[in-house]
Amino acid sequence: MSHMRRADLFELAALGAAVLLPLALQAMGEEFYIGFAARLLIFALAATSLNFVVGYGGMIAFGHAAFFGGGAYVVALAMQAELFAAWLVWPLAALGTALAALAIGALSLRTRGVYFIMITLAFAQMIYYTVISLKFAGGDDGLPLPQRSTLAPLDLADDRVLYWVALALLAAGLYALKRLAASRYGRALAGLRQNEARMEALGYPVARLKLVCFVAGAAVAGLAGALLANQNGLASPTQLYWTQSGMLLVMVILGGVGQRYGGVLGAIALLGLEEALGRVTEHSHFYVGFALLAVVLWAPRGLAGLLEPGKRRQ
Amino acid sequence: MSQLILEQALNGLQFGLMLFLLAAGLTLVFGIMDMINLSHGSLYMGGAYLGAAAAQASGSFLLGVVAAMLGMAAVGVVLELLLLRRLYRRDHLAQVLATFALILISNETVRMIWGPQPLMLNPPAALAGPVELFGFSYPAYRLLIVGVGLAVAAFLYLLVGHTRAGMWVRAGASNREMAEALGVDVRLLFTGIFALGAALCAAAGVLLGPLLAVQVGMGENILILAFVVIVIGGIGSIRGALVGSLLVGMVDTLGRALLPTLLRAVATPEVAGNLGPALASIAIYVLMAGVLFFRPAGLFPARA
Amino acid sequence: MSVLLDIAGLKRHFGGLWATNGVDLAVREGEIHALIGPNGAGKTTLIHLISGALAPDAGRILFDGADVARLPMHARVARGIARSHQITQVFPSLSLLENLRLAVQSRTRDWGSSFQFWRPASADFRMIEEAEDWLGRVGLAEQAGTPAKDVSHGEQRALELAMALATRPRLLLLDEPMAGMGPEESAHMARLIAALKGEQTVLLVEHDMDIVFRLADRVAVLVAGRIIVSDTPAAVRDHPEVRRAYLGDELP
Repeated sequence: MSHMRRADLFELAALGAAVLLPLALQAMGEEFYIGFAARLLIFALAATSLNFVVGYGGMIAFGHAAFFGGGAYVVALAMQAELFAAWLVWPLAALGTALAALAIGALSLRTRGVYFIMITLAFAQMIYYTVISLKFAGGDDGLPLPQRSTLAPLDLADDRVLYWVALALLAAGLYALKRLAASRYGRALAGLRQNEARMEALGYPVARLKLVCFVAGAAVAGLAGALLANQNGLASPTQLYWTQSGMLLVMVILGGVGQRYGGVLGAIALLGLEEALGRVTEHSHFYVGFALLAVVLWAPRGLAGLLEPGKRRQ
Repeated sequence: MSQLILEQALNGLQFGLMLFLLAAGLTLVFGIMDMINLSHGSLYMGGAYLGAAAAQASGSFLLGVVAAMLGMAAVGVVLELLLLRRLYRRDHLAQVLATFALILISNETVRMIWGPQPLMLNPPAALAGPVELFGFSYPAYRLLIVGVGLAVAAFLYLLVGHTRAGMWVRAGASNREMAEALGVDVRLLFTGIFALGAALCAAAGVLLGPLLAVQVGMGENILILAFVVIVIGGIGSIRGALVGSLLVGMVDTLGRALLPTLLRAVATPEVAGNLGPALASIAIYVLMAGVLFFRPAGLFPARA
Repeated sequence: MSVLLDIAGLKRHFGGLWATNGVDLAVREGEIHALIGPNGAGKTTLIHLISGALAPDAGRILFDGADVARLPMHARVARGIARSHQITQVFPSLSLLENLRLAVQSRTRDWGSSFQFWRPASADFRMIEEAEDWLGRVGLAEQAGTPAKDVSHGEQRALELAMALATRPRLLLLDEPMAGMGPEESAHMARLIAALKGEQTVLLVEHDMDIVFRLADRVAVLVAGRIIVSDTPAAVRDHPEVRRAYLGDELP
């Protein structure tokens, strides 16, 4: 710890600011925004999980909403069965989505390129249509949560606590991503992104490497979904529709594919912009669209690329 | 029963042909320019709105169709020249971001001009009634759609298969660099393809307007079907788009009509009521997965 | 010397063309065995069949006594068959050292699984040392930190060779390692390959006759999908059928 790089200090400072945010918002009398800030963190976690699959694993998956929304539904359904404990249900959400991803991934990863994109999209749509047809899952209207999950001794009903829990999970996720990227597995993924044929020729189990990445990304998305259900008070089918997958992907690309903070920056930028513009105009999406176009044309490596112009992803 | 099936089959044919109008342009753009264009559905929506507005203003449905086609062709050209041209060389992710942005912008633009409520679009008065067909009644308007769809299919077949321009298109779909090397003016070709695709989308939008709702977001729902169609048919192939559209149109329509009934024969009404529509919706995705399993590049892949 | 690779009756067709039409070939352990033949004879196809990139239509490929003809590529790699490519296949944005480290990491038998998620790869000191060692052997130690796409073509080929060697294969398939190289780079590569004599079994596809006759212990001649002779360089040079196949070509 003798010499901390500037980036590490910056990260620590950002974390500190994030921890203090709810208190600051309270002090300013803007408690409402604590919920919004939690929402930002939750989407940041979901986008980061997708970034892992797309940017680190090199797989353009267009069905991530199935895992994100799926996690929400697991929590809502569990509550119907009188299971409220987060310690039990949230890991269950992650496990459920992981299993689904195992099946979907095993089949989808036989395809490449645009066909992979379409197959992952198709599976997500299948899940969407199945869920809205199930009466006990609330059909078109979705499934409301009677209360928030219990996380004794913490009280998740308090917006600040939910925020801090989401922050803790996001921070843990980002740290795990850092270690993963530097690990043997992460290096193998890096090789895979660069030249898959070569990795195969070197004898690496390419399909298995990708599948692990796909499943891990789905599991974290499922966990984020559990948080989302708590934050929204609802598991809704729109969370499963393909446009939600598109939005998550847009966040990743906006933030910077394959950059560690790509998902975080993208989520905060997109949702933040929407919210900020929403205060002044009814047609925020119009301006958001142009902002995205500007990024595509003039910031090809996304927002993270703008912030660290020389730094390359290792 | 057989009357029901026949009627639904005709509906499936009609829906499939309209899907073809979208899929044809989409498959060429994807096949030749290798570009993922998520905003293709927005051209369809734009056409529907433009057509509805023009039809209301002029009282003529036909004028609505023409206005929509010309208008969206112009929009397509402008879009291609200003933005899409810069995306051809970029990777798919950049294309996803940009065209998703276009969806946001176009949905909001429509909302700004026409408000959030759906628009009314009536079929031409002359065709509002039914027609006697094979001993049962079928809406004349839907027959018109089938007719138009077949005419467009024939037109595209002639265009792509028997003209110079069509040859360039096929060359471009098969091998772009080679086509360029052989002197095909690729840039002009791209703009032309895009304009044609936009016009076709617009036509589909206006024609389907009276049957489906003309509302914001209508593009996204049909876009995904169009993508399923071109993946099944084979990217870059018009023939594949036609076959794929008909398959998807039939499976979707017949599925919705027949699956709930079939299920009721083997399961409780409650299960059938729940599962029937779900299975019907899933059917086309299962179809796509199945096709990809046996023919990983679709039914009629254009690329060598 | 024992026979490491024993191919019998190998066949493969594409459409109507039998690119490999009954190949019989034996490569002994420790030797450098060259494979030559006129253009279109089917040399690359044969290499693909041995490495596992292509599956044969008929025939047998005995590697160390076991028939690998129907095994997928990664299974053959696991048994010790490695190849370098005609078109350089490295990891362009990664440093030379990282390129090599990945090659070393692939040896799960020596280093354990790649599915380690927590410990940084930079802590695998001995793995990194071995990677540095290989870089040194092919003369690239000074550029260990340079991205692979920023070194010269010849250096990339040397990197490829080092990566193939770092997988410690039983059999190394070299498909035209000198392709696209100038005289100086070719000579350097030839020296590297010569240094493998006795310790590494190599099947070398090469057009340059000078190099073939200098480096190879034995030479196999492939014509129209068949091996017409496999013998010492001197014997091959004087073989009448070989001279006929290369009619008009210069044989030193």
